[in-house]
Amino acid sequence: MSELLTIRGLKIAGRTGAGWNEIVKGVDLDLKRGEVLGLVGESGAGKSTLGLAAMGYCRDGCRITDGSILLNGEDLRIASPRRLRSLRGRSVAYVAQSAAASFNPAHRLIDQFVEGPLQHGTSDRSTAAADAVDLYRQMQLPHPDEIGFRYPHEVSGGQLQRAMTCMAMACRPDLIVFDEPTTALDVTTQIDVLAAIRKIVADYDTAAIYITHDLAVVSQMADRIMVLRHGKVVEVADTATMLSAPQQAYTKSLWAVRSLHRPSRPLPAGAPLIAIDGITAHYGKARALDDVSFSIQKGRTLAVVGESGSGKSTVAKVVTGLLPATGGTVRWKDKPLPPRLEARERGLLRHIQMIYQMPDTALNPRQTIREIVGRPLTFYLGLRGREKEARLRSLMEQIELDPDTYLDRPVTALSGGQKQRIGIARALAAEPEFIICDEVTSSLDQLVAEGILKLLMKLQAELGLTYMFITHDLATVKAIADEVVVMQHGKVVEKGTRDEVFNPPHPPYTELLLSSVPEMDAGWLTRVLEARASGQVPGQAPPR
Amino acid sequence: MLNFLKQTPPTAIFGMLVILVTAILAVFAPLIAPYGETQIVGAEYLPWGDGYVLGTDNLGRDMLSRMIFGARNTVGLAILTTAIAFFIGSFLGIFVALKGGWIDQTVGRIVDVLMAVPPLILALILLAILGSSIPNMVAVIAVIYVAPVFRLARAAAMDIAELDFIQAARLRGEGVLWLIRREILPNITSTLLAEFGLRFCFVFLFIAALSFLGLGIQPPTADWGSMVKENASLIAFGDITPLIPAAAIGLVTVAINFVVDWMLHRASGLKD
Repeated sequence: MSELLTIRGLKIAGRTGAGWNEIVKGVDLDLKRGEVLGLVGESGAGKSTLGLAAMGYCRDGCRITDGSILLNGEDLRIASPRRLRSLRGRSVAYVAQSAAASFNPAHRLIDQFVEGPLQHGTSDRSTAAADAVDLYRQMQLPHPDEIGFRYPHEVSGGQLQRAMTCMAMACRPDLIVFDEPTTALDVTTQIDVLAAIRKIVADYDTAAIYITHDLAVVSQMADRIMVLRHGKVVEVADTATMLSAPQQAYTKSLWAVRSLHRPSRPLPAGAPLIAIDGITAHYGKARALDDVSFSIQKGRTLAVVGESGSGKSTVAKVVTGLLPATGGTVRWKDKPLPPRLEARERGLLRHIQMIYQMPDTALNPRQTIREIVGRPLTFYLGLRGREKEARLRSLMEQIELDPDTYLDRPVTALSGGQKQRIGIARALAAEPEFIICDEVTSSLDQLVAEGILKLLMKLQAELGLTYMFITHDLATVKAIADEVVVMQHGKVVEKGTRDEVFNPPHPPYTELLLSSVPEMDAGWLTRVLEARASGQVPGQAPPR
Repeated sequence: MLNFLKQTPPTAIFGMLVILVTAILAVFAPLIAPYGETQIVGAEYLPWGDGYVLGTDNLGRDMLSRMIFGARNTVGLAILTTAIAFFIGSFLGIFVALKGGWIDQTVGRIVDVLMAVPPLILALILLAILGSSIPNMVAVIAVIYVAPVFRLARAAAMDIAELDFIQAARLRGEGVLWLIRREILPNITSTLLAEFGLRFCFVFLFIAALSFLGLGIQPPTADWGSMVKENASLIAFGDITPLIPAAAIGLVTVAINFVVDWMLHRASGLKD
């Protein structure tokens, strides 16, 4: 195998205000023909910037300041824009995170597919179209003969991502850069896309750079793994070596995140704090929830698990009163909860608080931390002046942010993890008994997410809080839940304690869900696919 | 301060200077103007110079003094009218964006009807019915300009109302007024402010146009629009005096637009 891509001493700077800030700080990278390299790191580690640089491309506001990028022995840094245009798509191709945003919604898939080969003159329209159908078949897309004639919005997310990979394959490039191709997908969809990508890359002996923050995913896909942090290489090694014997402390800490675990606790006796009884809910005429029942004891954590469209967020809307149920009741401390938000009293609202998925939109960007956290104190508890100030400071200490530094900062000056902590402080300020956590860690990096989970567990131990945890991430569930409810298509598929749900026997959907979660083991994907092929476990989600 | 001047484009500085001068003239008109607003000081249509810098008008009043008092009336009324339109329009717009449903539909359709009639004709009809007085004129123009402001505020607020922090405030049990004033308004201020500058120009021209047609600010009150009309016959004799109030209208409009452009640019830059 010969060297395909050689990057030496690459430095890339991005414009911040008046000056330049180095994003990639001298990275060396080698890639052989047909090899798959996994790029792992937290957001801001420079992995996407490096991936794009492999195509000789720099985002707006960035520039390559030093180093060389040799593709097939040709330096992309000094290549003319014309030359780069002829290379991109033909020798190197790119698959972006959001296929939905990367396809032009106004054109059919196959028309976008043939664009590349026609532009580069590698084949004519009918040959390219025939090739598209062939690739669609190899990528195991349903109805490969027809799917190309659909528009992007008529195809599901997982299928789009596969069509995108086909498109990258159109000119049979030497190298494909995959930038988090499965991050936006559900686990059961992810597994199909991973399998398809792995197969086609191997079949055509294409080299790939696979960018992701998910270690379990990368260990299925890559021959070698490179860990990046703050624009520098932390460690490079073969996948097997990297998994079994990471050398650097940072790499070890990334590996350790998944080991967060809480021992099971016995179920306390007595009436539940909140009981959801036979809830049905509709959006217009479409039924979103169908006879959903479960209850939560005081001081416990219940996780509601499901994929997008399973109705797990709708449960939160019914409980908070944003979407009045069309049937069934929610009982709070054995009294029926008024279905509509407007009918609930302030004292009741205070006890049910919510923490949101996206910390960027959950806090008003025009307010300071003091205003955001202080408002519930005044609104619910009537605190003012010195009393309020003291409470504010103790809340900030509870969420482990320094009050002197942060209280008067605008929200916009905080990082994602800090914003999420402020979201927690806002919920705590109301002194609630029950907090709904809606995917609170899904937009955060693993280390930051772990910090948030630990904080939530600590607060539960101190304040006796009850959580309803809505998530699609089974690793989170395993880490913190006492009870688990599995939902699909608006129905409860399984419910029980964590040990009951995670140990067999499972209903088919739970089995599918559990078996789709990537494990930190290079042979996992192969094993699961074989098991599914031999019919030991269900392979496809039942149709709606 | 020096830094500020360096970063600001020259057009914006020019615009701010013009606005500042106009504001000073308007506020201190009685002190600055050489003669009274309606004082007859000499013969009609006296030429420039000779004690009357810009000559006299069709009734023998000092042109310069009337220009200075005109700034007060024309610009002052335009600000008042625009402010009323914005107060009502943005409040209504944000309110329906939060409420949605039939309230949104009803108010939206009423506004559509208001916008379907050409504004000048609508104003002429309403003023013909109500009689032309300054309060009537302010009210009529304000109502007409509520419509575009309402639509802008509603569109801008719709984007914000979708965000989680609005939901968080609703779940907290906050009232509509708090949501409008504290949660949404601060997030759309820059958009509204830029629109305010633009609408102010329209209103300003609208008042001038109405005055020119004889339905706006009534004589003998000095106002730039009606001053053009009163002295229009001079143009036939090759005298440019009636164009001076017209030029003043143009200058203020351009100046405000310069400043608005700059503010819009800054607002969009801040969002990045």
